[in-house]
Amino acid sequence: MNVNYTAEELAFRDEVRAFLSSELPQDIAAKVKLGKHLSKEDHQRWQQILSKKGWYAPGWPVELGGTTWGPVEKHIFDEECAAFGAPRTIPFGVNMVAPVIIKFGTQAQKDHYLPRILSGEDWWCQGYSEPGAGSDLASLKTRAVRDGDHYIVNGQKTWTTLGQHANMIFCLVRTDPEAQQQRGISFLLIDMTSPGISVRPIITLDGDHEVNEVFFDNVRVPVENLVGEENKGWTCAKYLLTHERTGLAGIGASKAALAHLKRIAMKETAGGQPMLEDPLFRAQVAEVEMQLMAIEMSTLRILAAAKEGGVPGAESSILKVKGTEIRQAITNLLRKVIGPYALPFLEEELELDYQGEPLHADYSPSLAGHYFNMRKLSIFGGSNEIQKNIVSKMILEL
Amino acid sequence: MDFRLTEEQQMLQDTAARLVRDAYPFEQREKYRESEQGFSVEFWNQLGELGLTAVPFAEEFGGFGGSGVETMLVMTELGRGLTLEPYLHSVVFGGGLVAQLGSDAQKQDLLPQVASAALQLAVAFEELQSHYQLNDVQTRAEAAGDGYRLSGRKAVVIGGHSAGKLIVSARVGGRRFDEQGIGLFLVDPNAEGVSRRAYPTIDGRMGCELFLDGVKVAADAVLGEPGSVFAALQYQQGRAIAAQCAEALGSMQEACKLTLDYLKTRKQFGVPIGKFQVLQHRMVDMQTELEQATSMAILAATFADGEDNDDRRRVLAAAKYVCARAGRKIAEEAIQLHGGIGMTWEYNLAHHAKRLVMIGHEFGDEDHHVKAFSRLLQVA
Repeated sequence: MNVNYTAEELAFRDEVRAFLSSELPQDIAAKVKLGKHLSKEDHQRWQQILSKKGWYAPGWPVELGGTTWGPVEKHIFDEECAAFGAPRTIPFGVNMVAPVIIKFGTQAQKDHYLPRILSGEDWWCQGYSEPGAGSDLASLKTRAVRDGDHYIVNGQKTWTTLGQHANMIFCLVRTDPEAQQQRGISFLLIDMTSPGISVRPIITLDGDHEVNEVFFDNVRVPVENLVGEENKGWTCAKYLLTHERTGLAGIGASKAALAHLKRIAMKETAGGQPMLEDPLFRAQVAEVEMQLMAIEMSTLRILAAAKEGGVPGAESSILKVKGTEIRQAITNLLRKVIGPYALPFLEEELELDYQGEPLHADYSPSLAGHYFNMRKLSIFGGSNEIQKNIVSKMILEL
Repeated sequence: MDFRLTEEQQMLQDTAARLVRDAYPFEQREKYRESEQGFSVEFWNQLGELGLTAVPFAEEFGGFGGSGVETMLVMTELGRGLTLEPYLHSVVFGGGLVAQLGSDAQKQDLLPQVASAALQLAVAFEELQSHYQLNDVQTRAEAAGDGYRLSGRKAVVIGGHSAGKLIVSARVGGRRFDEQGIGLFLVDPNAEGVSRRAYPTIDGRMGCELFLDGVKVAADAVLGEPGSVFAALQYQQGRAIAAQCAEALGSMQEACKLTLDYLKTRKQFGVPIGKFQVLQHRMVDMQTELEQATSMAILAATFADGEDNDDRRRVLAAAKYVCARAGRKIAEEAIQLHGGIGMTWEYNLAHHAKRLVMIGHEFGDEDHHVKAFSRLLQVA
């Protein structure tokens, strides 16, 4: 038993650090660290850099442009990226639809889509949730009816993250309305530029435009865009969800946020001393750091077990629940640390081109909004309550 | 990074598990608890004969040369069985102090006895006012001849009622909270001036208050350099904390198992109560706490025998915080999910609950270790 990184792992970490030091654009890192909005171009610029290095799709088989990294290397990579202020990888293409295409897609689909994901030519979004189908995803109603070589799609998807940037969407659609819930569902790849698709923004409580509604009005989708078999789309959906959950503990992001919190807590004062010297506040920081230490070990243990033949199935649900709770606890402290300066709602200071003097400090405008935005963590990717249902059924067998 | 056990470690774990399973059905535990010693002398001797008490000691003293991981494996099984024998205090803490501070003669005399369970040690470090603060020592040690005379009162000495030797912290100099000036002394419980008030603890073990009235300690019973042993005392308590986290882990695993079994068998409203979502989620919360505690017990075990530095101190404080908190939550939830039966003396679960909560009351509770970690907080 050895919980330390091996010499090889440390060398790998140095390599990642050297890469990030020299290749991560400073302007992008600065925005990430201050919680400012990132443009589509910012994301794409960083993606190009990662792709060129061969590190954009670590989870893919190496012959398709992936890496040979094991779970520990992936963890190190995520942690270092977060620490340096690299933008988070938008997962919908590389980490969500790609594994499904690799596992269930035709050769033609692989040949067409995978290189376009690596190059950034396609920006994918996810068409899962609907107004009437949230946690109960299998109750979805978006219909796809076969018409010769096409499906005709009608319906509505919602909570479509960054759909405003996307040119492709992968959708769960109902192809057999008579079948029992999960059975009549298919997995379709749809071009967002198809006639009949419209995207409408949803503004979230922090004033941000991150999610959208997507409407389908007699959209024609070629039959070759079906992944896997017709009416067997739920298999793809479940496969994708396990892939989604493993990354949701967000250890790297939490560590970066904790470091940010400590830096701010040394600058902000109360009662004539830094917030970090206040015993009550400091104890709260200490508590969350200790919990984070534990969840990091739990993540590594569970990933290591998976590497040796097991599959990180329902265990990743435990990581998702605890990991998101910890991350939310940190954003709560980040909101508290600036005291009354959480109140001013300075959207203009979060804009990319803001040049003026900050009202208070460059770090403060994003913190309260971020706290509210991060409430999403325990809702998306299967709400934390759904995760508990999964653990209850799969691990506890209740 | 590698979380696998070696074949040898696996065997050690299996041996400890089998021994505990055979010797410690709950009804037996009640008999051991009610005996004069408060534990099973037979089981204690068995641990000695099979070398389990020798695990952490160097081979030259009859030990097995085990690391923190080996100690963890044994302690987890001892915790699972809710065993009462003084492994933690005698083998890990007391034995550790002798191994770190003892003279060659002391080590050659004492360690083989401790390693074979022929000698039981207890460590008297708390005082009436100290409340987990190792440096708050008011018991006095005054130079007398080439030895010392000890006077004062040591509090809640677990296993002190039956120990063959007591390791007592006492002040040879300095003021109340000074780390400098603290000494450690090997006290014979039958020496003149020693009196003990023995009592049971609420978690089924036994301890005592130790009264020292001018107790003579000869030069060869002084452990380490008087006045300069504090770092060693803290280091060895750190090893004990790691071992205690492992013990808590075994007990938490058992409490979760009993509760899960109960959810599957107890019927109300015509169905097993585990069918109710509100109870399922509470059980998942217990499982999550258990995962966190498992991680920290492992981390603590790998740091327990490591270099004495702030990284180690942080890990141990965090481990105790996480395990004490998880233990308390699991204890409370396990009782609640069982309902009335969880409140009864005759059911094993209640005793796990008591042990898990009381683990916080030895070597510092959650609050104590939040403060300790806070003091060591790294600021970029």
